[in-house]
Amino acid sequence: MSAVLYDQLGPRGRRRVRIATIAGYIGIALVVWVALQRLADKGQLEGRRWKNLTNPDLLEFFALGLWANVKAALVAMALALVFGAVFALGRLSRNPVVRLGAGGVVELFRALPQLLLILGAALVMPKYGFEVSGFVYLIVALTLYQGSVLAEVFRAGILSLDRGQSEAAYAVGLSYRQTMALVVVPQAVRRMLPSIVSQLVTLFKDTSLGFVIGYEELLRRGKFATVEFGESLLQIYLLIAAVFIVVNIALSHFARWLEGRQQRKYGAAGAAASVTGVEDLAVLDTK
Amino acid sequence: MDAVLDNLGDFGEGIRVTLQLSVVSFALAVVIGLVIATFRVSPVAPLRAAGLTYVEIFRNIPLTAFFALAVFGLPKVGITISFFRFAVLVLSMYTGAFVSEALRSGINTVAAGQAEAARSIGLTFGQTLRLVVLPQALRTVVQPIGSLFIALAKNSSIASVFAVIELTSTFDQLTETETATLPLLIGTAICYLLITIPAGLLTGVVERRVAFKR
Repeated sequence: MSAVLYDQLGPRGRRRVRIATIAGYIGIALVVWVALQRLADKGQLEGRRWKNLTNPDLLEFFALGLWANVKAALVAMALALVFGAVFALGRLSRNPVVRLGAGGVVELFRALPQLLLILGAALVMPKYGFEVSGFVYLIVALTLYQGSVLAEVFRAGILSLDRGQSEAAYAVGLSYRQTMALVVVPQAVRRMLPSIVSQLVTLFKDTSLGFVIGYEELLRRGKFATVEFGESLLQIYLLIAAVFIVVNIALSHFARWLEGRQQRKYGAAGAAASVTGVEDLAVLDTK
Repeated sequence: MDAVLDNLGDFGEGIRVTLQLSVVSFALAVVIGLVIATFRVSPVAPLRAAGLTYVEIFRNIPLTAFFALAVFGLPKVGITISFFRFAVLVLSMYTGAFVSEALRSGINTVAAGQAEAARSIGLTFGQTLRLVVLPQALRTVVQPIGSLFIALAKNSSIASVFAVIELTSTFDQLTETETATLPLLIGTAICYLLITIPAGLLTGVVERRVAFKR
């Protein structure tokens, strides 16, 4: 991919790369060794600390916590998709009032920290008679934020479609509604699928913010567990981080696989749009 | 709106800490991003692997989990620093992974002929990267990097959970003494917009400044 930065190496270059490779391995080994040494010094490598992680009760406790993350992510994703679709169409509406209103909502919620929205939901909603569970506060805040991001994804997807598509639809006599529903949206959704899946990674990461309002997800349960298993505090947090990382890497790979499949199936044009979509998102939205 | 106006001083202090946290973390994140991006395009296999591992870990860890791991876990191995420094450490390592990805995609947009031309006049890998490729790549990534700063400013709110008194914790604390929660929320939202909107505008200005015709 970046092989363009260097030529097919000659003997001297190859020797240099070989030396650098060895130095690199030594450097990495050194870092790992220092880290392990440090852990050993503080007694963090002792078996008893790690053994707690195999405690079946603890693992079940954590599995249920992870399920709380998954549940929140799935519900919020479903709602955010609806929210995103409605507001994307709103922003593309021919009615200027609807267009400005939808634009304002989307831009506002996209500009605020997800955490502020979660705290805001948990602190403001009860004042207006909506005294509900942490789960609901979390879902409301996730939907508003992720829905707004998705609205932008959808809008970009719809706009990326060749004008000829909607013009052809109008030419055969379809109405605006029919054009959107039958021609534009189905194609745009297919194009945006990889972006939507990679947005799911962001959403899944953000479910751990439920921690803050006492929603019993994996991280909150980890904190609980450190009370009983104080000696395994570091190990518990390492385990939790690893679980999140593994799930998210799997989701990212799924998004990349979808993208590759799209490329093979619908040719370079459709894939190009979805590739930039994913790239923009990865960079734009980094929660 | 009195709840906001009575506490303008607190909000001002909150904005200052959020800005300070964001700017310091961002500067470090750019340095980390440059190093990791260089690793990822280098001809040395172990460095490429190290760069990839870094990116995959820190792009996929939830910030809250990373914060918890650092703030609660690091003292267990004898690393105790102030909460502000923990926040800077976590935010810059996390954002660094995204910066490196942005830089790498920028490097990939530089036309192959540029690097080929640089090599053909005898520049080494380091010189090619430093003198020819990166100056062009950096121009194309102004917009994504600017968005990363905005995302970082928003993400810095998570530091509020780990004992850094910035904007979001200011909001959280004020709701305990004031009853008008919604005006406080709106006030806090405006404070964040005071940071993110100028940052977005500045990004646009910089992008136009450094733009050049290809």
